[in-house]
Amino acid sequence: MAIAQARTGDGEPPKVSLLYNPALRSYVYQILTLVLIVWVVWYAWHNATQNLARANMTSGFGFLNSRAGFDIAQSLIAYTSDSTYFRALQVGLLNTLVVAACSIVTATIVGLLVGIGRLSHNWLVARLCTVYVEIFRNIPPLLVIFFWYLGVLALLPTIRTIFQHVKDNPGAIFFISNRGIYMPAPIFGDGFGLVVAAFVAGVLAAIAFTVWANARQRATGNRPPVLMVNLALILLLPFVVFLLMGMPLSFDYPVPGSFNMKGGMVIGPEFLALYLALSLYSASFIAEIVRAGIRGVPGGQTEASYALGLRPGPTTRLVILPQALRIIIPPLTSQYLNIIKNSSLAVAVGYADLVAVGGTILNQSGHSIEIIAIWMAIYLSISLLTSLFMNWFNAKMALVER
Amino acid sequence: MAKKIVTALVGAAVLGMGAQAAQADTLSDVKAKGFVQCGVNGSNLAGFGAQDSAGNWSGLDVDLCKAVAAAIFGDATKVKYTPLSAKDRFPALQSGEIDMLARNTTWSTSRDSQLGFDFRAVTYYDGQGFMVKKELGVKSALELSGASVCVQSGTTTELNLADYFRSNNMDFKPVVFESQDEADAAYNAGRCDAYTTDASGLYSIRLKMANPDDHMVLPEIISKEPLGAAVRQNDSKWLDVVSWSHYALVAAEEFGITQANVEEMKKSANPDIKRFLGEEADSTLGADLGLPKDWAVQIIKAVGNYGESFERNVGQASPLKIDRGLNALWNKGGLQYAPPIR
Repeated sequence: MAIAQARTGDGEPPKVSLLYNPALRSYVYQILTLVLIVWVVWYAWHNATQNLARANMTSGFGFLNSRAGFDIAQSLIAYTSDSTYFRALQVGLLNTLVVAACSIVTATIVGLLVGIGRLSHNWLVARLCTVYVEIFRNIPPLLVIFFWYLGVLALLPTIRTIFQHVKDNPGAIFFISNRGIYMPAPIFGDGFGLVVAAFVAGVLAAIAFTVWANARQRATGNRPPVLMVNLALILLLPFVVFLLMGMPLSFDYPVPGSFNMKGGMVIGPEFLALYLALSLYSASFIAEIVRAGIRGVPGGQTEASYALGLRPGPTTRLVILPQALRIIIPPLTSQYLNIIKNSSLAVAVGYADLVAVGGTILNQSGHSIEIIAIWMAIYLSISLLTSLFMNWFNAKMALVER
Repeated sequence: MAKKIVTALVGAAVLGMGAQAAQADTLSDVKAKGFVQCGVNGSNLAGFGAQDSAGNWSGLDVDLCKAVAAAIFGDATKVKYTPLSAKDRFPALQSGEIDMLARNTTWSTSRDSQLGFDFRAVTYYDGQGFMVKKELGVKSALELSGASVCVQSGTTTELNLADYFRSNNMDFKPVVFESQDEADAAYNAGRCDAYTTDASGLYSIRLKMANPDDHMVLPEIISKEPLGAAVRQNDSKWLDVVSWSHYALVAAEEFGITQANVEEMKKSANPDIKRFLGEEADSTLGADLGLPKDWAVQIIKAVGNYGESFERNVGQASPLKIDRGLNALWNKGGLQYAPPIR
């Protein structure tokens, strides 16, 4: 009514009742929302502290400095049962990061290959990739983890079988058992730092050579032998230094102990089950994202590329993929975040990730609210950082108008 | 609609702790709602808390839930069970989701104080042990140096394990699982050399194995595990009801009162027994506890005395065949002792 009346007076600025002023209205709604949020947060905090006091439970983060008292099998940093809860959380966080990072790399590679494979003109390859995607995409990740842990890794040879195997083949150094994959652990001697330095120098030189080779190709049309030179720089150079330093590298071989193999390195079945499941599960989604990205590039691009004389390989690599990446990256970010979050399913197979370790601490100390707050803060931070990096990468790959 | 949203928001924000949580008069609450909400073992621990195929619960812990319900309502079926994992059990009690926790839970100082619980009655005196496959040829836990050991997370077991190996200068590799079922499967698959938990639990788990005779429980008992019922702190009326329900079971065994002869025993000339069974005219024992006069009779009718409950669930009449040992009555060389009921 008020609006209708205001519109009738022509020429004059409309006299709108304050009640219908859009600017004022939007302020009022925003303030109301803010008040509601503040009230809810205050109420939650107040209620929690009151309930804690009534249940005679202590609160605060001081308990993190107490002795943990429990052992953790998979630890990348020094940890014993005498370490603190805080140290235990660090062990858990590192384990989460390792399994998430390994899974992201593998899932991306497998996903890319399968996604491209599904578009292949080869009937068998295309169908195999379709079957892969449809199987892994449609099974809950927890079941995939159990499949690997109980269905595959638990059925590998037992440790007793391995002991027998060692007796029969004294030279064996690499074992696969249902307690993990045992392999020699490298021991770096004096001067190995120089070999690493040579390797880094080789990689840098290879990059410089590639840049130079590209410039030369553009200028003259001739492409220098990039592959051979780069291989020599990256592999031969460190190898020569290695020989010159007198081969400063030895190995600690796994040998049968009383119950387990002693020495060497071991990758546990808990890690393997989680890593394989997360990688292969997420790879099926990434494959579909890659396929969507490639299909999103107009067919004319391929035809134009062929018309210029590029073969199918370079066409995919140089023309299609760079354009497809712009479509692929945003949904790919979501998949990476899913991998990080799904890694918390580790608790099902006893991999000591952040949630498993935190759960033990929660139970031993009784500080449930604090532990849950720590969990949420850490996962939020990891996910936001990943997201931030992917957004930066996306901006870099986005179409730049010149 | 708006109201609904506000309610939902508030509900989500209270961090799982209902506004009415942790009231200090559980007995009145239980009477008002008409049943006892009892937290029990969720992994089918035969003998302590297990469900049969028809959904009926049985076990030593379950019997205490039934005894409490019988004491309050005169009806042992007025119990609702919440199956809990080792990890979920304490938050469930703290938040008020359950009224009492009878889930083979060890009574320890920090649980009594820091977690805000109260323990009093010990329903089963246990200790932590190790189970191994016989083919390993291990005869003592002290020979386990370097072994992989399956253990459940969030238990005192996990801590005792670390302490035991450390104090004996031995190495071990813990393989930690959230639930007992997963630990069982891993032990069975040969992921671990030894399985550790309370000795009673080991016997129960051994029974579930394909060939129980292939496994043996090692003689060492490395800890004291008094398993008892826990309630929230600062609710002594409720703590009284739960503890005296257990003491009634023990006292009944001491008096020789059984499920079968309880009606007969009411006519006993022994004043102690008459008082216990509420047959003295001016007896206010039940009323003082906030219970009916015949509370003890109802408990015994429902589950029998402690000895009967023990034999039926974990003793010679059960597949577990555990000896009374520490759980014999105090006058028969054990630790089960009821304070005088008068």
